[in-house]
Amino acid sequence: MPAHATKPPTAHVKGKSASRNGQSSGRPPTQIRGRAAPALIFGDLWEFDPAPETADPKLKSRYELFINGEFVPPKSGKYFDSINPANERKLAEIASGGASDVDAAYEAAARAFEAWGRMPGRERGKYLYRVARLLQDRAREFAVAETMDNGKPIRETRDFDVPMCAAHFFYHGGWADKLEYVAPGRKAAPLGVVGQVIPWNFPLLMLAWKLAPALAMGNCAVLKPASNTCITALKLAEIFQDAGLPPGVVNIVTGPGSTGGLIMAHPTASKIAFTGSTDVGKVIMRSVAGGDKRMTMELGGKAANIVFDDAPIDQAVEGIVNGIFFNQGQVCCAGSRLLVHEPVAVAVIAKLRNRLRVLRVGDPLDKNTDVGAIVSQAQLDTIREYLKIGVEEGAEMWQPPCRLPSKGYFLPPTLFTGVTQSHRIAREEIFGPVLSILTFRTVDEAIEKANNTAYGLSAGVWTDKGSRILKMSTELKAGVVWANTFNKFDPTSPFGGYKESGFGREGGRQGLLDYAKLI
Amino acid sequence: MTRLPITKTPKVYVGGAFIRSESARTFPIKDASGAFFANIPQCTRKDLRNAVEAAAKAGPGWARRTPYNRAQILYRLGEMLESRAAEMADAIALGGSRDAAAREVAAAVDRLIYYAGWADKYEAVLGSVNPVSAPYFNFTVAEPMGIVGVIAPSDAPLLGLVSLVAPVITSGNTVVALASESSPYPAVVLGEMLATSDLPGGVVNLLTGFHRELVPTFATHAHLRAISAVANAEERKILALGAVEIVKRTHFAKAEEGQDWFSDGAQSLYAIRNFVEFKTTWHPIGA
Repeated sequence: MPAHATKPPTAHVKGKSASRNGQSSGRPPTQIRGRAAPALIFGDLWEFDPAPETADPKLKSRYELFINGEFVPPKSGKYFDSINPANERKLAEIASGGASDVDAAYEAAARAFEAWGRMPGRERGKYLYRVARLLQDRAREFAVAETMDNGKPIRETRDFDVPMCAAHFFYHGGWADKLEYVAPGRKAAPLGVVGQVIPWNFPLLMLAWKLAPALAMGNCAVLKPASNTCITALKLAEIFQDAGLPPGVVNIVTGPGSTGGLIMAHPTASKIAFTGSTDVGKVIMRSVAGGDKRMTMELGGKAANIVFDDAPIDQAVEGIVNGIFFNQGQVCCAGSRLLVHEPVAVAVIAKLRNRLRVLRVGDPLDKNTDVGAIVSQAQLDTIREYLKIGVEEGAEMWQPPCRLPSKGYFLPPTLFTGVTQSHRIAREEIFGPVLSILTFRTVDEAIEKANNTAYGLSAGVWTDKGSRILKMSTELKAGVVWANTFNKFDPTSPFGGYKESGFGREGGRQGLLDYAKLI
Repeated sequence: MTRLPITKTPKVYVGGAFIRSESARTFPIKDASGAFFANIPQCTRKDLRNAVEAAAKAGPGWARRTPYNRAQILYRLGEMLESRAAEMADAIALGGSRDAAAREVAAAVDRLIYYAGWADKYEAVLGSVNPVSAPYFNFTVAEPMGIVGVIAPSDAPLLGLVSLVAPVITSGNTVVALASESSPYPAVVLGEMLATSDLPGGVVNLLTGFHRELVPTFATHAHLRAISAVANAEERKILALGAVEIVKRTHFAKAEEGQDWFSDGAQSLYAIRNFVEFKTTWHPIGA
C-alpha cells in the first residue's frame, strides 16, 4: 500500500498554528506580510487505492561491462550489488570494472573511432535515430527499471526521463549530417575518444546528454554510470546492440568512483565530460591539470527560485514544488532557495504547506506517487545531516504529516523558514527534498541574494511582467533561467552553469560544439 | 651643444592611470644594440590585485555599453594605433629593424578592426533561439564572464598581446594582462594608446614584470573568472591547478609550439566564444 498524507505528524512537525500564519518564531512580524490562505484539511478524508505500474523491467540477475560491443566480465571477477532504494532489496549484480577494463574500453573506442569518425554523418545519424526509436519501443520497461534502480517515481521516469532520453538521441541524430552548420566559418571535426562520468540522479537522461552529442559529432565514448544506478545504462547497451551500433563506439564501464577517476585521467581521452558534485569535479580538474584534455563540467547548484508579488501564486506554488521536490530534490539545478517577495510571503508559504500536505510520498512504482525514495542510505544520511544543521543554525523546519514506508530510503518534503544567507542550508547544495525559504523586498535585493552564491547553474523567476522576466534573466548569473516554470529541459536548449556550477553546455548547437575541434 | 632628449619613464596602465609598481621595483631593458634603454616596472602580486579591483569597477559599465559602442571604441583603438604606428614600431624595434616591427603594428591594427566588427555580431552567430517542445520562447545569449586574466607571449609583444586582449573585451569582459617579459615596452606604449581610445579606464589593465612571479597569482586569484594564456608546460600546470578552486575557465596556447600571430587563423569568432557564458532563458508564451 502506498504511503500518503494520512497520519499525524512525527515529532519534528510543527502544529497547525504555525502553519496558519506562516511566521517563524523570532522574526519581526513586519517581515512577512499578506493574508494567509486557510489550511486545507485532507488527512484521512479519503484513501487512494494502490496503482502500481506492473510492466516487466526485464532485469538480468547480473550485468557485465559493455566493451567493444559485447558484454564482458570484469578482469577482477568482482561484482557489487545494485539496491532498490525503495525497498532495500538487491536488484542485480553489477560488474566492478578496474584499470585493465578501462584500458580495454579505451582501446576498443580508439579502434572504433577510425571508422566512426570518418563515416558520413548521414549514416552515423541513422544509428542515433535507431537508438531513439528502439528506446521508445521499450519505454515503459525502461521506466520501470529506472524507477527500481533509482527510486524516483514512475510518473517521472515514464513521462520525463525515458522520453527525454529518446528525444536527445533523436535530436542529435539529425545533427550528424549537418555539422557544417555548427561552427560558422570553421569546420567542426570530432575530437576522438571522450571519457564521460555521469551521476545517479538521472541515469538515462545524463547518459543521453553525454553520448548523443558526442556520437553525432563522430566521437567514440567510454562512459561510466554512477555505481548506484548502472542498470538502465546497460539495458541501453542492449539497444545499442540491437541498433547495430558498431562495436567500440560506446563502451560502458561500471564500477566504484575510483574507476571514474581512471576514465577521466586516461591518456586516450581527448575530452572528458563530467556531471556530478562540485567537489568531485574539482578532484577531476586537479587530476588532469596541465594536460591537453578538453573538459565539460556540469557541477552543483543552489538555484534561487524568485517569486514576485505579481506572480500567479497558485502556479508559482506548483513551480516551487516541482523545482525542489522533482526527483526528491536530487537535481543539480533544483530550486533549493526560495526567494519570496515579502508582500506575498505568508500566502505563498501557507499555500506551499497545503500543497505539501497532499504530496504523496512512497512507493515509486505507484503511479500516484509524487515523491519517491532517496537514492541511497548514504545520500539520505547526508540530507538528514543538513536537516540537523538547519535546525541547529536557527532555521525553522517544517514537514507535512506523512507516513513513510517502513523499508527504503524515504524523507518527507521539508521546508525551512527563517533562513538567512549565511546559513549552510542556504549556501550548500543539499541534493534532497529540502527547501530553504528567504524573503526580499526589492528587485535589486532579489538579484543580489540570488547571485550571492558560488554556484550559478539555474534560477527561476515568477512574475506576470514580461519586462521583469527579461530584466531578471539579464542580471541573474545562471546558465538557465526559467520564467514562470522550473526544471524544464529540452534537447534543443543548452544547459550548463556559471561560476562553480561548471563550464561547457549540453544540448543545442552550443552543447554540440563542445564535442568538436575546429579546423 | 646638442639638445639632450627627454627619455620616458615607462609606466603601466592600470585603472585608467599610469602607475609604477607599488613595490617601486624595476628591471632594466636593453635596446637592439644592447645599450640600456629604460627601467620597466616589475609589478607585484599586489599590483595584480589592484588591477583586478580596477577591472572589477569597470566591468559592469563596460558590459552594459551597447555592442555598437564597444565596436566603435575598438575601432578607435585601431585608429590610435594606426596614427602612432611609427612610434609603436620604434617601441617594438628599439633601434633594430623597423620593417618587421611595422608589419607587426599593421597586423595589430587589422586585428583590432577585425574584432571591432564582431562586437555587434558575435551574439547573433553564437546565440540561438531554441525550438523547445513546450510553450516557451527559449533563447540563448552569450554574456561576458567578468574579469579575464591574459598572459601574453614573449614573441610578437604587441600583436600577441592584442590578439589575446581584443576578443576578450569585445564581448564586454575586462582584462588584466601581463605583457611579454622579454619585450615589455610595446605594452607600455599600448597603454598610452588605450588611454586615448575612449576605452573606459579599468577595462584593460596592463602589467609588466616577471611571469614566474605573477603567474601563480593569476592562477589563484578568485576574481579572475577566466585565463587566456600563452604559457609553457609548467605555467599551464600552475594555472590549471590554481583554476580548480573557483572552477576558473582556462584557455591555453602552448608557448613551446609558437604561434603564427600574423595568420588569419590567429583571429576567430571562437576566440570570443571562449570567454562568454551561454545563458538560456525560458520565457512563457501566452497569458
